[in-house]
Amino acid sequence: MIQAIIAYITSTQIWNSVFRHGVPRDRRTRVMAIMSNVFLHLHPVAIRKSGIRLSFTWCMGGLTFFLFLAEAISGVLLMFYYRPVPEYAYSDIVGLRAHVTLGLLREIHRWGAHAMIISIWLHMMRVFLSGSYKPPREFNWGVGVILLVLTMLLSFTGYLLPWDQLAIWAITVGSNMGKATPFLGMQGPLSDLPQLPGGVALVTVRSDAAYLLLAGTSVGENALMRFYVLHCIALPVVTAILIAIHFWRIRKDGGISGPM
Amino acid sequence: MIDSLIMLASGAPGKPLFSSPAIDSFKDVVNFWSQPQYSLPLFTILFVLMLVFYRKWSRPIPAGLILVGFSAIYFGSMAIDSNYSLILTKADNVPITIMLFGVGICLWTAFREAATNDKAIEEGKPIPYSDRDDKVLVWPDLVYIELICLVLASAALLFWSVGLPAPLEAPANPAGPPNPSKAPWYFLGLQEMLVYFDPWMAGVILPGMIVSGLIAMPYIDTNPKGNGYYTFKERPFAITTWLFGFIILWVVLIVFGTFLRGPNWNFFGPYEYWDALIQVPLTNINLSDYFWLYLFKSELPTNPFVREGIGIVLSGAWVLAFLTVPWWPLMVDNIPGIGKVSGFARKLFGQMGTIRFLILAFHLAIMAMMPLKMVLRWLFTLKYFIYLPEFNMNL
Ligand code: HEM
Repeated sequence: MIQAIIAYITSTQIWNSVFRHGVPRDRRTRVMAIMSNVFLHLHPVAIRKSGIRLSFTWCMGGLTFFLFLAEAISGVLLMFYYRPVPEYAYSDIVGLRAHVTLGLLREIHRWGAHAMIISIWLHMMRVFLSGSYKPPREFNWGVGVILLVLTMLLSFTGYLLPWDQLAIWAITVGSNMGKATPFLGMQGPLSDLPQLPGGVALVTVRSDAAYLLLAGTSVGENALMRFYVLHCIALPVVTAILIAIHFWRIRKDGGISGPM
Repeated sequence: MIDSLIMLASGAPGKPLFSSPAIDSFKDVVNFWSQPQYSLPLFTILFVLMLVFYRKWSRPIPAGLILVGFSAIYFGSMAIDSNYSLILTKADNVPITIMLFGVGICLWTAFREAATNDKAIEEGKPIPYSDRDDKVLVWPDLVYIELICLVLASAALLFWSVGLPAPLEAPANPAGPPNPSKAPWYFLGLQEMLVYFDPWMAGVILPGMIVSGLIAMPYIDTNPKGNGYYTFKERPFAITTWLFGFIILWVVLIVFGTFLRGPNWNFFGPYEYWDALIQVPLTNINLSDYFWLYLFKSELPTNPFVREGIGIVLSGAWVLAFLTVPWWPLMVDNIPGIGKVSGFARKLFGQMGTIRFLILAFHLAIMAMMPLKMVLRWLFTLKYFIYLPEFNMNL
């Protein structure tokens, strides 16, 4: 009976338009399963044994990618409930716990972000210790370093959004460093060198590197809006594009590295 | 939930499960030796031992014992001290614990594989899994691993999220900074560097050079060996330098910044109460003061460049030494009685070329300046090598 139903379903035009091959049970259908699926075809169809061992990759690259996706999904859901202005930001966060059913979104998003920082460091450590940055993978290591910076910036910009004491003062400590940028920060070395003819200082409290970051002289509503846009749009988009390049290059560089 | 479990395990807040005079003196000893000037050298010694004896400790039994022993002290300390359990169980500090165990376990698997591979290399046997044609199909072998990882990771993240509410402090108050004000934990290594360097170094130059050094690394490291497998023997210099940067100068400093830095960024031992009233007098002295006031017993010169001349010359010499010392053997080839000393240098430059070498040496010089300045601070309360407030440039 069940057999007959399954046989019927898998013989319909709808089924066959979606799945172009049988159940992956033999070599041919298994290869087809990877090749005919847009997500799975990120993989090659066959892979060296050295590369799929957990003791080799620690699954850390994959885990980082998983956490990035988890952050993207929970982040979009958080955007439904959050308004990035000082009047509402904090109370929206409070409300998230009080009013939203199964209010785990913020927890998932926050702990996922911390976990992603840890997993990306461990991923970098494994790539380093297994010498997988060596030719021909130099460029992909470079892409990875940019991803590392982006991940930390994503986390940093997100830190401000709850608009509590922890948030604004952590960001104050961080962005104070911007004030000390050589040439470009008010309190940085040689910041009075950039001048217009006639001795008009270019780098002032209202035009230095920290001002660019905060859109103000201290962490205020403009900074909140700026961080929000960076956090929810600019940085994730760039990160997603770079992850695509990263994965593409893994394939083009000959797949996961292994001993010769 | 986890919070309350930990509370139960460690007794009510404010009162540890166990206390006795013996435990108290143990705590005093640990608190004393945790001060950076003692513990950082200690960690460095441990780090060197880890590299030297990687074949011994990476075997399952010693590694297991280390893991159990470390966990016992790390978590067991909650039972003897309430300040410690307060720090350890703070929601935002939980990632530090996960990071510590993650780094430890990953290092272990890496060195365990390195030990196996290095043994094979020494015996002239092929490294395990070096057959290029030894392949498996991605479906099912890899896809299933990925699926299992996905399920486990989702479960872990959900468990963490159910058990530990995300913290939320009082609403932002631009007029009332908390004490201490800390950057997010993953930047605390840099904030710890602020103790020794001005913000333009700790916040801009050092992180900038970490990034530029990382990107340059694959182009600088011309050693063709160790590509695609764990080894220590074939690339001891690269691994020692990189891991020193990551473990000691990054991870350990983060632990300091989160666990051991309290109000006013004062240092507190792991079992110490974070007393906001403690004032530590700032007694640090600039190199130029040492030079003019103490050595020459004269006044400080008015011209800032003369005043700071000694610091400028010495800092320049430090960088220059890194850039040039490896070249010297090339110039004094064939020392009478010793013979050729240039063999290593010739090999180095033959392999690397000038540009690669200079980029490497410059990054190493700046990296080495971090421990250098720390040691000088601890030994001589040195404040700045170069003190040029006229240009906001203090080093
Ligand atoms: C959002 C961040 C990142 C994601 C999602 C990601 C993902 C991945 C994945 C899934 C792999 C396959 C092998 C593995 O899991 O180890 C991989 C390989 C690789 N990653 Fe990443 N990665 C990220 C960041 C980085 C960083 C920070 C670096 C280095 C600084 C890096 C360098 C590399 C290199 C060189 C490979 C090739 C390794 C080999 O062939 O053995 N990646 N990455």
